[in-house]
Amino acid sequence: MFTNTNLMEFIFGRLSWDSLAFTHEPIILVTFLGVCVGGIAVLGALTYFRLWGYLWKEWFTSVDHKKIGIMYVILSLIMLLRGFADALMMRTQQAIAFGANEGYLPPHHYDQVFTAHGVIMIFFFAMPIVTGVMNFVVPLQIGARDVSFPFLNNFSFWMTAAGAVIIMLSLFVGEFARTGWLAYPPLSGADYSPGVGVDYYIWGLQVAGVGTTLSGINLIATIVKMRAPGMTMMKMPIFTWTSLCTNVLIVASFPILTATLVLLTLDRYVGTNFFTNDLGGNPMMYVNLIWIWGHPEVYILILPAFGIFSEIVSTFSGKRLFGYASMVYATVVITILSYLVWLHHFFTMGSGASVNAFFGITTMIISIPTGAKMFNWLFTMYRGRIRYEVPMYWTIGFMVTFVIGGMTGVMLAVPPADFVLHNSLFLIAHFHNVIIGGVVFGLLAGVNFWFPKAFGYKLDPFWGKMSFWFWLVGFYFAFMPLYVLGLMGVTRRVNHFEDPSLQIWFVIAAFGAVLIALGIGSFIIQLVVSFFKREELRDTTGDPWNARTLEWSTSSPPPEYNFAFTPVVHDHDSWYDMKKRGYVRPLEGFKPIHMPKNTGTGVILSALSVGFAFGMIWYMWWLAALSFLAILVVSIAHTFNYKRDYYIPAETVVATEAARTKQLAEQA
Amino acid sequence: MSDTQAVSAEKPTFYLTEEHHPENSTMLGFWIYLMSDCLMFAVLFATYAVLGRSYAAGPSPADLFDLQLVAINTAMLLFSSITYGFAMLRMEKGDKGGTLGWLVLTLLFGLAFLGIELYEFHHLIHEGAGPQRSAFLSAFFTLVGTHGLHVTFGSIWLVTLMVQVSKYGLIEANRRRLMCLSMFWHFLDVVWIGVFSLVYLIGVLG
Amino acid sequence: MSSQPHAPAHESAHNTHHGHSHGHEAAHGTFGSYVTGFILSVILTAIPFWLVMGNVLDSKALTATIIMALAVVQIVVHMIYFLHMNSKSEGGWTMLALIFTIIIVVIALSGSLWVMHHLNTNMMPMNPEMMKNMP
Repeated sequence: MFTNTNLMEFIFGRLSWDSLAFTHEPIILVTFLGVCVGGIAVLGALTYFRLWGYLWKEWFTSVDHKKIGIMYVILSLIMLLRGFADALMMRTQQAIAFGANEGYLPPHHYDQVFTAHGVIMIFFFAMPIVTGVMNFVVPLQIGARDVSFPFLNNFSFWMTAAGAVIIMLSLFVGEFARTGWLAYPPLSGADYSPGVGVDYYIWGLQVAGVGTTLSGINLIATIVKMRAPGMTMMKMPIFTWTSLCTNVLIVASFPILTATLVLLTLDRYVGTNFFTNDLGGNPMMYVNLIWIWGHPEVYILILPAFGIFSEIVSTFSGKRLFGYASMVYATVVITILSYLVWLHHFFTMGSGASVNAFFGITTMIISIPTGAKMFNWLFTMYRGRIRYEVPMYWTIGFMVTFVIGGMTGVMLAVPPADFVLHNSLFLIAHFHNVIIGGVVFGLLAGVNFWFPKAFGYKLDPFWGKMSFWFWLVGFYFAFMPLYVLGLMGVTRRVNHFEDPSLQIWFVIAAFGAVLIALGIGSFIIQLVVSFFKREELRDTTGDPWNARTLEWSTSSPPPEYNFAFTPVVHDHDSWYDMKKRGYVRPLEGFKPIHMPKNTGTGVILSALSVGFAFGMIWYMWWLAALSFLAILVVSIAHTFNYKRDYYIPAETVVATEAARTKQLAEQA
Repeated sequence: MSDTQAVSAEKPTFYLTEEHHPENSTMLGFWIYLMSDCLMFAVLFATYAVLGRSYAAGPSPADLFDLQLVAINTAMLLFSSITYGFAMLRMEKGDKGGTLGWLVLTLLFGLAFLGIELYEFHHLIHEGAGPQRSAFLSAFFTLVGTHGLHVTFGSIWLVTLMVQVSKYGLIEANRRRLMCLSMFWHFLDVVWIGVFSLVYLIGVLG
Repeated sequence: MSSQPHAPAHESAHNTHHGHSHGHEAAHGTFGSYVTGFILSVILTAIPFWLVMGNVLDSKALTATIIMALAVVQIVVHMIYFLHMNSKSEGGWTMLALIFTIIIVVIALSGSLWVMHHLNTNMMPMNPEMMKNMP
């Protein structure tokens, strides 16, 4: 028979009252109360305005790629706030913690903060926003009505959201990993991290990883199979090309992460000896494997940004992109080379001169196609009629900033130099330089560029420019000091310093972080202001920037079916081609349109996955087993539903298109 | 390029007036999934290749593996492959009963494979050569176990499809699903070739 | 108008007019091809088992090389006869995906072995024999 404690242990596993972090951490208590109040306010508002049904029917269960894309971006922006709060905490801690002052974050808390910052920014800000923008834009750019597997798309989104939920739970229930964002063993092994932190990390990433991989497969199939007639590979818009390469990278690298994390999981749960110090295990094998995923990952993030910049530069210079073919080849070359450089992340491991030399050289080679792209953008602008709209600001800010980041990257690619700079703040400055200067600027440019397409009104340019300048100046203030500190030999992930001469640099960096906070604030104000000024900023044409690709040929926002008639493509920059050659919008002959049906299965499966992960993390085996069983049953039951589509009746299409005709006439 | 000129001479068409039906993407999508699965196995193979000789003063493959058992197991998997192939041929003829018959046989071979593998694992653990014993055994159990897990899920899927075929017949959707599972099943064979060559045969060779 | 009643009948059958038959026409085997594949793979499986179980060759390195070579041949046989790989199915995309995957697999496998081998020689001068003799 069970005794009382046995029963409690069976039900709750490792979970106890003490696990609830807010019971003994004042900072977390305040955060927790804030989240509770905010959450109750949001839930109350939703209930009060009777929005639950609307959200469920029109958004949560939607298989429309546009809505799913928007939900990805919203998720990513929420996670950006969380990740940035972590950044501010680190910057303040390092600015004050000198000599006798211990700062306000003790090591065990500081270590969780920097781990959470890295994990959230990469996996739950950058990845979802990239996936979201691709999801929204790609089908429109290739003239398709949806992605290849609409249900899978919804499911992928909810799995990503489930991963985010698991990571956020760790803030209040238990703790997060204290290992750094890649959780190197043996530190992340059972011996040195016996708590739930690393388990939260593992299951959060595994659940989100399912979504990422599936959405990668989905978008590849979409781009390969669903292009409008006439759109050959070399007539695809450049953003679609970079998306294709990104998704190839996702599909060919995330399984490696999954498998590596499975091995770490087995080490922690089963007691195997892959990455342990004894019984033949080798911790460096983990480092090796995770960077085979990790290096393609950084190109997963940057390639779509390159695509966005290409679209923006060509649109706002009023010119065809310079060197389209070379841009495509550069992207493909980067895709393949990104698998040949992973060891530069651990030159200091000690695999010797020949290995280091090989990977040093490949790393330098990969900067060549990137440089070629930079020249393509410059030559596109050369003699162009440049319009300085907000997306263009971001693009020019990117070109300057990214070149600096690229050059420090080549410095780090030199193995002897890396032995000095490895794990120093120089490295931190370098990768923030390319990720903020490349990915974040790119995605913010993209959000400003495609926002009118998604919502039917432009974003307010004044607050957009404010946001840009705060981000740009803030970035230089925040990270240039870290280059200096890195060259002086300051290492990363330290929460207290003895040498007072270093303090001024950290204070400057903290000031930069505050500027970036103002940049994020301005972005939020931009969203709010634009919403209230939406009539003034309304885009009635569907083509507010006089742009060049197919997504601008539809209304803003596009109808559910995207295109009443499938477009036929003759040239790249096909919408520009259509405008130039006198395209007349069809006004009759509409037919019923075949579309996929909404389904709630994705939400259910993702909720069950959270249950499974929670059970595994807290050793509540019954919960894990039940959730797993339920996942199987729901998945199988879903396959018994064969009626997954319906027709939008011709009358609805006629009405929608007539409304657009009226809108266009009024505006003209 | 050439069609651009050809079209621009007269009034170009910029849209289709008829409904456009893009080709079905399922087979391609599933193939890409298999490729991603293949990379997952690549990691497990790489781990086995790197750690496969770290015996930690414990038993080595020559001490542990019973090649006769492995040969029987391989035969089971090969038989299940050919029976699945015959099921597909029956499916093409539209013969529901024949398809189901061959699928049942496939399932039996699959289950036999799993049974023998479980017996082997049980035997090894009983001998004190469990996955915790050394890095070699960790890598062995994980690689072979992951393959076995795939066969398990394949079998569950097979049962589901058998129910669906018997209930709804060989409709287009079910044919497509049978073809996907066929790819999955044969893909597992390919992985198994790697397993018996690298792990068992070269392992025993020393 | 007429579209509404016409839709449900369409639903279950819509796949028929979706599946352009030319796409996967080549992806089917025949009885002959399945049997050929099966016989080939039985032979290709039997040889390596016989080599190891019968201790046929003296050189272990040679035996290992033959085993790996036969494994590669057998994988190709399975690809052709069971997975019906050819350069035409799905417009060549499956073949392209396969080649790309093989490149990545080769990079990951050989790269890991190379890197870890150098690491072991530089940092842990120990071979399995020495490990065995450790307490």
